[in-house]
Amino acid sequence: MARYQIYVTYKQGIFDPAGATAERALQQMEFDEVDSVRIGKYITLEVAGEPDAAQRARVETMCEKLLANPVIEDYRIESES
Amino acid sequence: MAAGAKVGVVVFPGSNCEQDVAYACEQLGITARYLWHGERDLGDCQALVLPGGFSYGDYLRAGAVARFSPVMEEVIRFAETGRPVLGICNGFQILTEAHLLPGALIRNARLKFICRNVALRAEASCDWLDLPQGTVLHLPINHGEGNYYCDPSTLEGLRDGTAGRVILRYCEEDGADLPRHGAPNGALDAIAGVSNAAGNVFGLMPHPERAVDPQASYTTDGPAFFTTVLALVTEGVR
Repeated sequence: MARYQIYVTYKQGIFDPAGATAERALQQMEFDEVDSVRIGKYITLEVAGEPDAAQRARVETMCEKLLANPVIEDYRIESES
Repeated sequence: MAAGAKVGVVVFPGSNCEQDVAYACEQLGITARYLWHGERDLGDCQALVLPGGFSYGDYLRAGAVARFSPVMEEVIRFAETGRPVLGICNGFQILTEAHLLPGALIRNARLKFICRNVALRAEASCDWLDLPQGTVLHLPINHGEGNYYCDPSTLEGLRDGTAGRVILRYCEEDGADLPRHGAPNGALDAIAGVSNAAGNVFGLMPHPERAVDPQASYTTDGPAFFTTVLALVTEGVR
């Protein structure tokens, strides 16, 4: 069994209205140090089998095909066994 | 009039405009047939419509899960043989997720779900719409994720026709350009509808099926979308 954490965010340069709204709210709350907020998705996967390169490649394919839309989103995969 | 022509209306769990599309077809003398998302047989349908709604609850991303429904393999094959496919609102989102149309539809720039009538300008022709450039139409929009986006090279490809064509833009009431970033949902270049390069696949955020019946609609600019393609189908062009 392997566990994967996947973080999906809008690509840099794509306006993130939810992040911008939270950013303005934080600044209004006098957290003046906040320069930028981006909001994305956090996905966890539990995958049968050994966490080897082949398994990771399949998780990357899952991201490319379904979990993220490469036209608008970047993703980052972290794993633990 | 293309009486008797048959249009398949693809129904996903969470679609909610399929009856409006079927009603619009019926009003125009077109036979509509529902195709459930699990079907693999499109029967004798001559054109397909993916209606609006919230397929699979819009979970993950609008259209992302619907795109992998069994019926979509057949929809993609149908489209690749040059036959006409229309995606309205959520249907447009599904067609971009399926890579049958370029770009993506992201959350409205000002976070609001927008439900109102808008002015649109015809920019080019495709199988589903063939109006003189500059014609102004009015149709309702009803979406939270209709903000069209594509990368700069795809936008260039929409300008020169290699990636597809911009068929409809949001505009002022008189057809003039909106100010920069002035589209109701923030859409890039005020894009409301695009076709593929071949012109047989077309997606738009506005709802032409809700602008057919004069007793229930703000305008009757909707029929053109259905009669244009059905003339092609009936003449055997597609």
